[in-house]
Amino acid sequence: MEKITNPEQLNEWKEEILSRRPQYKKTIVVSSGTCGQASGSLPVIDALDEELEKRRLKDTVGVEITGCHGFCELEPNIIIYPEEIFYGKLEPKDIPEIVERTVFGDEVLDSYTYKEPQTGKKSAFQKDIPFYGKQMRLLTGNNFRIDPRSIEDYVRLDGYQALTKVLFDKTSEEVILEIENSGLRGRGGGGFPTGRKWAICRKAKSDEKYVICNADEGDPGAYMDRSLLEGNPHSVIEGMIIGAYAIGATEGYIYVRMEYPLAVKHLMIALEKATQYGFLGKSIMGSEFHFNIHLVEGAGAFVSGEETSLMASIEGKRAFPRQRPPFPAQKGLWGKPTNINNVETWANVPLIINRGADWYSKVGTKKSKGTKIFSLVGKINNTGLVEVPMGITLREIIYDIGGGIKDNKKFKAVQTGGPSGGCIPVEKLDLPIDYDTLAKAGSIMGSGGMIVMDEDTCMVDVARYFLNFTQEESCGKCVPCRIGTKQMVNILTRITEGGGEEGDIKRLKDLSKTIKTGSLCGLGQTAPNPVLTTLRYFRKEYETHIREKSCPALVCKALISYYIEPDKCVGCLLCLKSCPVDAISGERKKVHVIDQDLCIKCGACFDVCPPKVTAVSKYTGKKRKSILKKDSLKRAKR
Amino acid sequence: MEKYLKEFATEQKELIHILHKTQAEYGYISPEVITAISKHLKISESEIYGVLTFYKAFSLEPRGEHIVTVCMGTACHVRGGPQVAEEMERKLNIKVGQTTADNKFTLETVNCLGCCAIGPVVVVDGKYYSQITVKKIDGILKDYKE
Repeated sequence: MEKITNPEQLNEWKEEILSRRPQYKKTIVVSSGTCGQASGSLPVIDALDEELEKRRLKDTVGVEITGCHGFCELEPNIIIYPEEIFYGKLEPKDIPEIVERTVFGDEVLDSYTYKEPQTGKKSAFQKDIPFYGKQMRLLTGNNFRIDPRSIEDYVRLDGYQALTKVLFDKTSEEVILEIENSGLRGRGGGGFPTGRKWAICRKAKSDEKYVICNADEGDPGAYMDRSLLEGNPHSVIEGMIIGAYAIGATEGYIYVRMEYPLAVKHLMIALEKATQYGFLGKSIMGSEFHFNIHLVEGAGAFVSGEETSLMASIEGKRAFPRQRPPFPAQKGLWGKPTNINNVETWANVPLIINRGADWYSKVGTKKSKGTKIFSLVGKINNTGLVEVPMGITLREIIYDIGGGIKDNKKFKAVQTGGPSGGCIPVEKLDLPIDYDTLAKAGSIMGSGGMIVMDEDTCMVDVARYFLNFTQEESCGKCVPCRIGTKQMVNILTRITEGGGEEGDIKRLKDLSKTIKTGSLCGLGQTAPNPVLTTLRYFRKEYETHIREKSCPALVCKALISYYIEPDKCVGCLLCLKSCPVDAISGERKKVHVIDQDLCIKCGACFDVCPPKVTAVSKYTGKKRKSILKKDSLKRAKR
Repeated sequence: MEKYLKEFATEQKELIHILHKTQAEYGYISPEVITAISKHLKISESEIYGVLTFYKAFSLEPRGEHIVTVCMGTACHVRGGPQVAEEMERKLNIKVGQTTADNKFTLETVNCLGCCAIGPVVVVDGKYYSQITVKKIDGILKDYKE
């Protein structure tokens, strides 16, 4: 197939792809995004190839390699069609049995099917797995069906049809109106109405305009964009072309963080193919619209995700934010009007054009429309990417989809919005999630990271972690952010190390206020949020650290001690061998003892002590003091 | 060097791209390279220095044969990432950001690799190791020590 030069050709191509598609009796789809590959999907694919070849099944059984299926906990996983049998956590050695008994023998094998962590109930079919049940995978649904390296797979599933509609049936104004009517808001965190943003840039007068895709997904614990770029890159590209047409831009940039090598690779292939078939370049699909997209790799600076910094970085400069106004829509990249949207926002665009603003605006809440992808991580049973309609409650996400807290621990908080967001406590579990409710609770939607924390998580430590993060990533331009965050980290570190003083909480609050009001960009303006929300909901934990020099969650190293309970220890030598600093003494079948002076509190002994024994305990506060005293007395005697 | 730079345009927007390629090719950015880039792009050496020290991706010193990266994302943090990094420091006898005396290993941390389900994550030369505990570190390093 050569360049597409009119809409009929696209349809003919689609028909041709469909007619050429082999009619397999069974198709095995392998999830192979970064998580999948890191967990060993590539050897599984090799094993499948080998086994099918050996059994001469290659003509009747197909293997398709796709991006992430979202259920990261069970990587590498496969789905066997048409039955949609879902097998997780596979190894190459499992493949011969699966091919023999399931693919050939139509038998469901219990050992590979999903087991609900709480009830033990098994689900053989993908549709029965509760993780997928409450999701609404409008954007990520095609991740099951598309080989991200194949443009044919995208075209087969109506890819570039939205672009056709726009180029040949709609004016720029009509496209903008459609997006405005859909109610789509920016998915990068701010939640600004996308259509309105486009309209402002459309109105700006200039000989050149740019559109940018912000794929610098730097929030730790968030990887929704990575999965879209890796799994369905053409949907983002198509969205950008439509946006460029609406705004009147001729050049586009995708700024993707370098920590995502697979996303970069798939984007490069997708851009090359899109150009080859005439969806990018001169006279797109035979129309009078010309548009190109360039790929720019980040270089490991979190602040690049801020829109003005990102543009400075594309220009080859340090990623320093600048004053707004003028907003990018008036003066952006190289001083020209620029429209910048996040990956997920762009991916929503073809969907809205294809199915219409009326349909789209029926999904979600009054002020937040559509679905949102969250990365559900931390101390949760079903870790993974979940796409849900706006307005779903946190409880539904964490318990119904997420399967509850790991190891039946107690839920403590969920952190949303990354370093700019905050921690939401158990009282707010029934909060229907949208941009506005989360803001009211003191957090933000952010890009969609959702980190679940259990009773073993120390909120002061978490606040210190985030402040330390923003402190390191502060570009240093504004004094309140550069010096203020440093002071906050110092205070928080002191508190976690047992040096907390009366008045520290007030100092933290005062600094927060100064940093929030005195910083230029979003990084500084939101940096204190993790401290402010933990102070709002978990103030007591701060006070315990400061007044009692105690860490109730048993996390802060300086405030805890490890101790081997003499009446529980069976003398198995496991902890002794695992100690990296030889702080444990003892012999086989004799009680082991930790030398408190040598112990570096790495927790290795705690981790290796068998679950039936649990002889290693952690202590804080008064109990810890009495143990330390006993320990030193014993040593003095010796 | 001039020959190598020829494939790049002479606009400033190429700078980060050039630095990426140089870092990948030579393992670090040498003073000679900075001078050559400065001539090629017609921007001052101090500006190039400013840009390359701003970003984590670039190094002014040669790095080790193997790059060990420990993920410090939130999900890895709550699952024990800091302990893994500390143990790595002890095992390699260097601090994060340093290279071992025999030039075998450089130890780095990263803010998040986006594979939070399988954390704590360690990456060695692009190979991902999942659900790492302090106990597993010896086994990982062993593969690269020979």
